[in-house]
Amino acid sequence: MDAPHNTPRPGADEAPRGPGADEAMGGLSADEALRATGVTIREAGSGDAVAGVMPRWVALPESTEEVAALMRVSAGHDLAVVPVGGGTRLHWGNPPERCDLLVDTCCLNEIPEHASGDLVVRVQAGVTMESLAETLAARGQELALDVPVGGSTVGGVLATAVAGPRRLRYGTARDLLIGITVVLADGTIARSGGKVVKNVAGYDLGKLFTGSYGTLGIITEAVFRLHPITPARRWITAGLPAPRTAATGSEGSGSPVGPGTVEGSGFPVSPRAVSVALAASQAEPSAVELDWLAPSGVLTVSALVEGVAAEGRAAAVRDLLGGTAGESGTTGESGEWPVGSYGVAEGDKAPDWWGVLPGEEVLLELRVPPSGVDGALRAVARRGLPARVRGSLASAVLQVALPPEIGGPELAAFVSGVRGDVGPLGGRLTVLAAPPEQAAPVDRWGPVGALPLMRRVKERFDPDRRMSPGRLAGGI
Amino acid sequence: MALNELVRRVAGVLPAGAVITDPVRLRTYECDGLTHHRVVPGVVVLPESAEQIAAVVRLCNEYGVPFVARGAGTGLSGGALPRTDGVLIVTSKMRRILRVDLENRRAVVEPGVTNLAITEAVREHGYYYAPDPSSQQVCTIGGNVAENSGGAHCLKYGFTVNHVLALEIVTPDGDIVTLDADDPGYDLLGAFVGSEGTLGITTGVTVRLSRTPETVTTLLAAFENIEQGGQAVSAIIGGGIVPAAIEMMDALAIAAAEAAVACGYPAGAGAVLIVELDGPEAEVAHQFAEVERLCRDSGAFELRTAAGPQERAAIWKGRKSAFAAVGRISPAYIVQDGVVPRTALPNVLASIDRLSAEHGIRVANVFHAGDGNLHPLVLFDDAEPGAEERAGLVSGRILDLCIEHGGSITGEHGVGVDKSRYMPKMFTDDDLDTMQLVRCAFDPRGLSNPGKVFPTPRLCGEVPGVRRGVHPLVESGRAEQF
Repeated sequence: MDAPHNTPRPGADEAPRGPGADEAMGGLSADEALRATGVTIREAGSGDAVAGVMPRWVALPESTEEVAALMRVSAGHDLAVVPVGGGTRLHWGNPPERCDLLVDTCCLNEIPEHASGDLVVRVQAGVTMESLAETLAARGQELALDVPVGGSTVGGVLATAVAGPRRLRYGTARDLLIGITVVLADGTIARSGGKVVKNVAGYDLGKLFTGSYGTLGIITEAVFRLHPITPARRWITAGLPAPRTAATGSEGSGSPVGPGTVEGSGFPVSPRAVSVALAASQAEPSAVELDWLAPSGVLTVSALVEGVAAEGRAAAVRDLLGGTAGESGTTGESGEWPVGSYGVAEGDKAPDWWGVLPGEEVLLELRVPPSGVDGALRAVARRGLPARVRGSLASAVLQVALPPEIGGPELAAFVSGVRGDVGPLGGRLTVLAAPPEQAAPVDRWGPVGALPLMRRVKERFDPDRRMSPGRLAGGI
Repeated sequence: MALNELVRRVAGVLPAGAVITDPVRLRTYECDGLTHHRVVPGVVVLPESAEQIAAVVRLCNEYGVPFVARGAGTGLSGGALPRTDGVLIVTSKMRRILRVDLENRRAVVEPGVTNLAITEAVREHGYYYAPDPSSQQVCTIGGNVAENSGGAHCLKYGFTVNHVLALEIVTPDGDIVTLDADDPGYDLLGAFVGSEGTLGITTGVTVRLSRTPETVTTLLAAFENIEQGGQAVSAIIGGGIVPAAIEMMDALAIAAAEAAVACGYPAGAGAVLIVELDGPEAEVAHQFAEVERLCRDSGAFELRTAAGPQERAAIWKGRKSAFAAVGRISPAYIVQDGVVPRTALPNVLASIDRLSAEHGIRVANVFHAGDGNLHPLVLFDDAEPGAEERAGLVSGRILDLCIEHGGSITGEHGVGVDKSRYMPKMFTDDDLDTMQLVRCAFDPRGLSNPGKVFPTPRLCGEVPGVRRGVHPLVESGRAEQF
């Protein structure tokens, strides 16, 4: 796709004249001032577009101080700034209103401190999650945050607040983050939290920046609490029938797959019933995931148990699902579940879809209270589109991938239809990613109750609207 | 004056008897759990709903009068210390559990509900509310939200912020707003929890309910000295075990507990460790054997295992009574709350010993060893001239030690009025100014619990350079707003 060039704004490469203009810049153009920071600067190329918006420069700072220097220049020249990590989710969110400077955190790539005795790591924002995992694994530890996209950086994961299957047990990024360093729009370097897990001194800026999509400042360093790598993992995987709405064309009034259990197997058939049973069980699964090709494919549910007694607990989950498992590695080929076969399998390998986003280009996220999960799935089925639904059944946070070629009006109809159905269930649907031309008629974020307060936070942190402007809900 | 006029107006928006102005009754509210800070509030109100709180807050705005929220007043940092020129909003009449939703593992409660009442409401169904501050029988969930309360079991289960799914708040402007963990956009819920009443008042809380663990096992290990106990803690954590709780007491704390509640800990112990494991039976059994082995390897001379709830309660009795118990061995004391990285514990404890000897002030150590959260009890005789000052000095130096070792000045009691002066030691001016941006976004007039958390009050001022209305680029047709 050809990225439209961001219209150069008057003054962007002239002498500073913005309200924060630094006199020390002595009449340098923005280009000269950026280069005078000593930070590596290059002209942006076609691969640097942010959700279709082309920046003019790309900077590659190597330290928090260098990021601060860039931000001071940006303040003086009224440059709009977008931070980027691995770039894996740069197409998520609204396109920025404008973007002059892309701050690539790739060179903030150190892990200054792994205090394994304290189960804590301090890591720079540009370190990839894979590289972090490798370092931690060398001492038997992990950051218990599953990342659904390869090549993601620490900063990107925090900024987009993505999480994977084990959110059920360990929470999400905001629950594992204990300290953060950020650079604000005016170049101020600020830290909050620290290197200890238990800490209630001051406001928790880490929470605020998690999920902020680069709209408040640039995350340059993070401190996380860690967990020991679990000695054993077992996945128990079962197929469930598709919702009746889709399979038969008739809408039942109860759950999408009808009440009760499938004859002979003894396991509960509605995803909601499975979720309830697993959540209430003492097997303490770390994750319960779902994979489904709507509207008529077989639903696959897979539960993970971890820990020293994983095998015994896996047996409990298996009993609960009512199947007789073949001891095999076949769960890795869960895509082969034939329709109508509702057996249960167990193995020490994850299904191949486990923790992987169901799609990339047109991706939505559906959240409901756990009791609303059947209704949410039915809401997707009712639209009749081939949608791949995947995510945490137990937490009822599901990603929905739609065909990349879907038209704007079709997408808008899907979004408003599903929102209409899940709203009464206490659910919500957001559009994580969609090409701007297709998403133009769509409100990506849906209603946000606390939006006025969020706007006020944005105004205080970024009064000139230069940090990823417009990327987030309500044009923040 | 403004307050008198305000009192008259407030009476008009609240039920009869909900406004307290009688000086004798006002004194009931002059302090929280940190009793050496005392201020008689200008007026106390006892609202019964979010709407009433919002009405009071709007009146406070109209008259420019500060307000402070208070739950049960059990806080230990003076966070609920009233203002003579302000309104104290007490949530004690808002004690209803509005909804229990077991399938969705959540409950919706009013802010004045006690922490333990939530667990009691769902226990018979096999659920509980995980954060368990030691004041849980009386402290309120609204106060827990303000302080981001933890408790002995937060090592494994986390703090209030990890167990709150949504909040209804009254903003410092008097608006009723819902902060929901599932909302897209900024995690204002996460920022609000632990803000000590400076960002608004909690009027409703949706808490996560947790499944009661299949098994709980509690072990008491006695060591000759605190170093051995510390070594056992490191070995357990290093061995990949995350107990529900690991608590340690030193000889002086044990002596106090014995004097107060005759907890019957092993004679001659220089340190005791309480380790609690919970979870699936098979997992706990395996980990328990491992913990026993690691304690013995570290030099434990006696191990006791609780066979049932009574024995577990007996083991915990000494630990839970420790704060009050030091009253038996000292006329007065300061409860400190600081955090160090777990691996720094031996160093820090040795330094505390030196401080204690140097100033002739005894320090009893009780701590959540698993997360490095120290609760040194600094003992002194308030009849002895200069003793209180020396104790204060030792207590403050302990916080310095925490900061020097990369820790925190508070792990769970909060900053309040008590520790705001230490904030500049832990954070730079830029850090504090950045936190103020959050404050100014929520409370530009600085009326919500002013004077707490941050050392120097700052004026927020207008937001500079905010573009109101249409962006100039959009206006000129050179850009589109999405």
